Amino acid sequence: MIKFNAVHKWFKSLHVLNDINLSVQQGEVVVVCGPSGSGKSTLIRTINQLEPIDKGSLIVDGMDLCDKKTDINRLRAEVGFVFQQFNLYPHLSVLNNITLAPTKIRKTPRKDAEEQAMALLERVGLANKRDSYPSQLSGGQQQRVAIARALAMKPKIMLFDEPTSALDPEMIGEVLAVMQDLARSGMTMVCVTHEMGFAREVADRVVFMDHGVILEEAEPEEFFRNPQHDRAKQFLKQLLSPMH
Amino acid sequence: MDGLFDFQVITNNFTYFMVGRYPEGPLGGLGLTLYLAAVSCILSFFGGLILGLLSLSRHAAIRYPVNLFINTFRGMPLLMVIFWMYFLLPALLGKTVPESRTVIMGLTIFTSAYMSQIVIAGIKGIPKGQTEAAISTGLKPWQAMVYVVLPQGLRNMIPSFVNQFVSLIKDTSLAFIVGVSELTHVATQVNNRTMSSPTEIFIFIAVVYFLICYAFTTLSRWLEGRLAWRKAI
Ligand SMILES: Nc1ncnc2c1ncn2[C@@H]1O[C@H](COP(=O)(O)OP(=O)(O)O)[C@@H](O)[C@H]1O
Ligand SMILES: [Mg+2]
Repeated sequence: MIKFNAVHKWFKSLHVLNDINLSVQQGEVVVVCGPSGSGKSTLIRTINQLEPIDKGSLIVDGMDLCDKKTDINRLRAEVGFVFQQFNLYPHLSVLNNITLAPTKIRKTPRKDAEEQAMALLERVGLANKRDSYPSQLSGGQQQRVAIARALAMKPKIMLFDEPTSALDPEMIGEVLAVMQDLARSGMTMVCVTHEMGFAREVADRVVFMDHGVILEEAEPEEFFRNPQHDRAKQFLKQLLSPMH
Repeated sequence: MDGLFDFQVITNNFTYFMVGRYPEGPLGGLGLTLYLAAVSCILSFFGGLILGLLSLSRHAAIRYPVNLFINTFRGMPLLMVIFWMYFLLPALLGKTVPESRTVIMGLTIFTSAYMSQIVIAGIKGIPKGQTEAAISTGLKPWQAMVYVVLPQGLRNMIPSFVNQFVSLIKDTSLAFIVGVSELTHVATQVNNRTMSSPTEIFIFIAVVYFLICYAFTTLSRWLEGRLAWRKAI
């Protein structure tokens, strides 16, 4: 479904992705973790080409992202993306946030698009918020709408970039629940997250990154019980120690 | 009349101030001022939008000439632009062009150049995440612009637009130098004819300009309120 082959990327002189090799099969859930600034967001953003790669090859859903002939807009329609900052459209109601892309791109008739949007809102538990505006929702609710918006295009792959990092602790659970539900439904997912509970529950693999390099790739139990790399050990220790 | 001012010259020529020789002759006076302002206003709204969007194009071949165009007209006195249109348009088109159309062209090009800067700032003021969210659902970049960025940006641009349009209304007075009989031109005509009360005449038209601009500003505040939506956190 996704295949990175010796991928490199630079921001000016910063080697932000260094020889990335990673493949994700259909239906797999992969969690990416690592210290801040290690290149996790950049990695996940290359998958729908919010960031282009400089070297190597990247195949997503059979499309070669380096091929000039690949229709990137079509690829993006097949790949849902959920941002740390939600990025809902503040000028549109919850319902219209969700129906915008299906009506404009898939040419879904308005009525069908609204029905599908309502079904998605049911699924994320926000059917009663259809006419609200994003600013009237809590962070957790906004993120659930953002997930529904991404799902409205019926994507084959869902990407999550720290979806719970901007949330108050009491709202993290409701978003993770939606993600777990999605993972169990067989969606192919790549999630940048430090929610180790989530990784344990649903991830097939955990990928640990530091300084643009994938240092470790293992099954969750294996990774948590017995991290191989020193930096992974250190990272896990910091993550598990109380912050205050 | 013992007062300091004698506004009889205004009352005597009131219709002339308001509409010129209309309906027997062409529209003039305040009517023509409003006409020039309204038409240039609408045209330069779209002109500014188009120039602004083009100057944000990803293609340098579009961006550079558009920026050159914008900066040329921003660096030129409006009076000069109107003169240019006055002499250039007929030469270019090979036929005479009504003066009022010349003035509309000049005002539109000049104001569009300024409006484009407002559009650019308004678009750049919308967080990048909005565009990224839109294109990651598969919307094409232009669709992200039209459905997501512009609706938010335009709302933020309204106050600057209004400033620019208020300037535009006042700038229509420059039409008088190419002989278009708008309010200022009519005022000078009446003044030359009567030779008695220049103070009253120019106080009167100053008040008229003020009232139009004030009404326009008030109208746009109301409009802005109507367009309000709750801002995201
Ligand atoms: N658009 C950009 N331009 C320049 N540097 C960037 C850009 N985006 C990210 N970086 C840098 O790349 C590095 C990796 O960033 P990122 O992928 O966001 O890391 P992470 O998500 O793991 O915290 C950081 O040092 C960051 O400052
Ligand atoms: Mg990040």
